[in-house]
Amino acid sequence: MTKIIRARNLVKRYDGFTAVDGIDFSVRRGECFGFLGPNGAGKTTTVRMISCVSPVTEGELVVDGMDVRQGPRQIKSILGVVPQENNLDPDLSVRQNLTVYARYFDMPRELANQRIDENLALFQLVEKQHEPIWALSTGLKRRLTIVRGLMNQPKILVLDEPTTGLDPQARHLVWQKLRYLREQGVTMLLCTHYMEEAAHLCDRLVIMHQGRILVEGSPPELVEEYAGREVAEVRVSGPQRERVLAQMASRPGLTVEEVEDILYIYARTPDGRAQMADLLLESESVSYHQANLEDVFLRLTGRGLVE
Amino acid sequence: MTIARPRLGIRLPDVSYRAYRVWQRNRDVYLRLWKAEVIWPLAEPLITLLALGLGLGELITETELPGNQRYIEFIAPGILAVFPMWAAAGECGWGSFFRMENQRTYHAIITTPVSIEDVITGEILWGATRGFISSVYILAVSAAFGLLDSPLALLVPVMAYISSFMFASISLSYTSVARSISSLNYFFALFITPQFWLGGVFFPLERLPEELQVAAWFVPATHVVDIYRGLVQGQLNLGHLGDLAWIAVVAAIFYYLALISMRRRLIQ
Repeated sequence: MTKIIRARNLVKRYDGFTAVDGIDFSVRRGECFGFLGPNGAGKTTTVRMISCVSPVTEGELVVDGMDVRQGPRQIKSILGVVPQENNLDPDLSVRQNLTVYARYFDMPRELANQRIDENLALFQLVEKQHEPIWALSTGLKRRLTIVRGLMNQPKILVLDEPTTGLDPQARHLVWQKLRYLREQGVTMLLCTHYMEEAAHLCDRLVIMHQGRILVEGSPPELVEEYAGREVAEVRVSGPQRERVLAQMASRPGLTVEEVEDILYIYARTPDGRAQMADLLLESESVSYHQANLEDVFLRLTGRGLVE
Repeated sequence: MTIARPRLGIRLPDVSYRAYRVWQRNRDVYLRLWKAEVIWPLAEPLITLLALGLGLGELITETELPGNQRYIEFIAPGILAVFPMWAAAGECGWGSFFRMENQRTYHAIITTPVSIEDVITGEILWGATRGFISSVYILAVSAAFGLLDSPLALLVPVMAYISSFMFASISLSYTSVARSISSLNYFFALFITPQFWLGGVFFPLERLPEELQVAAWFVPATHVVDIYRGLVQGQLNLGHLGDLAWIAVVAAIFYYLALISMRRRLIQ
């Protein structure tokens, strides 16, 4: 079986509020699968259902051949969960955190010690192993949380906003380690609202909004399909803005998205750049960039992003 | 098309041997922090025995107490009952609330094969262990003061584990519905503290007006103190079996309440 997770018409409701509204997706063994979307889109709720800590309201959810309703303990034993919040055990040292966690999986002590040594080395935490948790920086805590999630050698590693709040160096280090794990064949689920992170790590992803999946595909496919090749970011106002918008109609190679005071103009065809240059000649502030996931995201979720 | 399963009104709690893993976690933390943890349970009972037993006790004539005991002999079994009660209830009150809400320890544990019912059971077993540790210590102090009249007193720690399981369950049931750590103050001020002073520890319950004596029967500590008096003085009777049954029933009810209420709170 190549599909390690399969969801059909998955629904989650809390007291009348629908957090996940009938979504379908499947995750292949060994890939990094991303859930993108603004806060409140239903990403975390979805991975919480996969992790068997939030009951499914409706629909079908199968993880590694087991229904989440039937085998929560078996499923949890093959998952490594890296939550968004820091819930390391502050009463214990770095190493004790891992020893105690390994016991929850009934891991023999020698095996646990061996894995602790390996993973602390991989994430460059060996020197910190006897430190208390409060002495760690945010980046170190985050790395330790990932190490903790790896203790049971999970088939699926669930990462919820793994680099939120990290500085760029710490973030790149985490990305590098996650890419290494993916090369080792670990299936990864990644929830994020950083487009750059998704582009770095994900083989395939879905963009969620208000509990639904808007699109699914690989990052290059999605960029190609929804944002084209090049994007002009234009700051214009007043009559000039009206003029630009009016002229858009006659240029089939271009599409436009308005976000606050900025117009994003997407070139869908090879001559798009020329069409844009002609159109935007008089605007005071124009910058061009290659289309990326963020453009896809903005086009699809539009102003809805601004909560 | 999958049809939604109806939510069952009653589901069997999913308790397993993994509750022991949670107990082990708490034990490891205790062994790491014992120097800070140990001072209250050591100091308080000793101070109480000295101040009330020797200090106040000298003012009380022996003939006023049942069996012509010295006052310190009278309160020793009660001290054995109520300080372990504090230890168990405190552990599953402030301690559990802090682990649950501030440290998010429960949230971390339930993503592993340990179920929420295992967590709750482990917490209560640990609370009972804290009561047990407290009773062993007070028993040693009481022996040093020469206050134990019977070898049956050696059964006190066993009884302490059972009664502390009850207090821990009651406490965790309250914790499961507490909105903030300060709302636990109500539980301790209105439930635990009255048992400490009014549970028949410091004066014979017969001194109370009749209505209050009836009320005291519903108070868990009364039954625990009763049993300890029997054990320490070596005078057990059938009434003590009734006390034990009372404790077992209350423990079972509140253990079950804690399980379902915590699942409702944490699994959403």
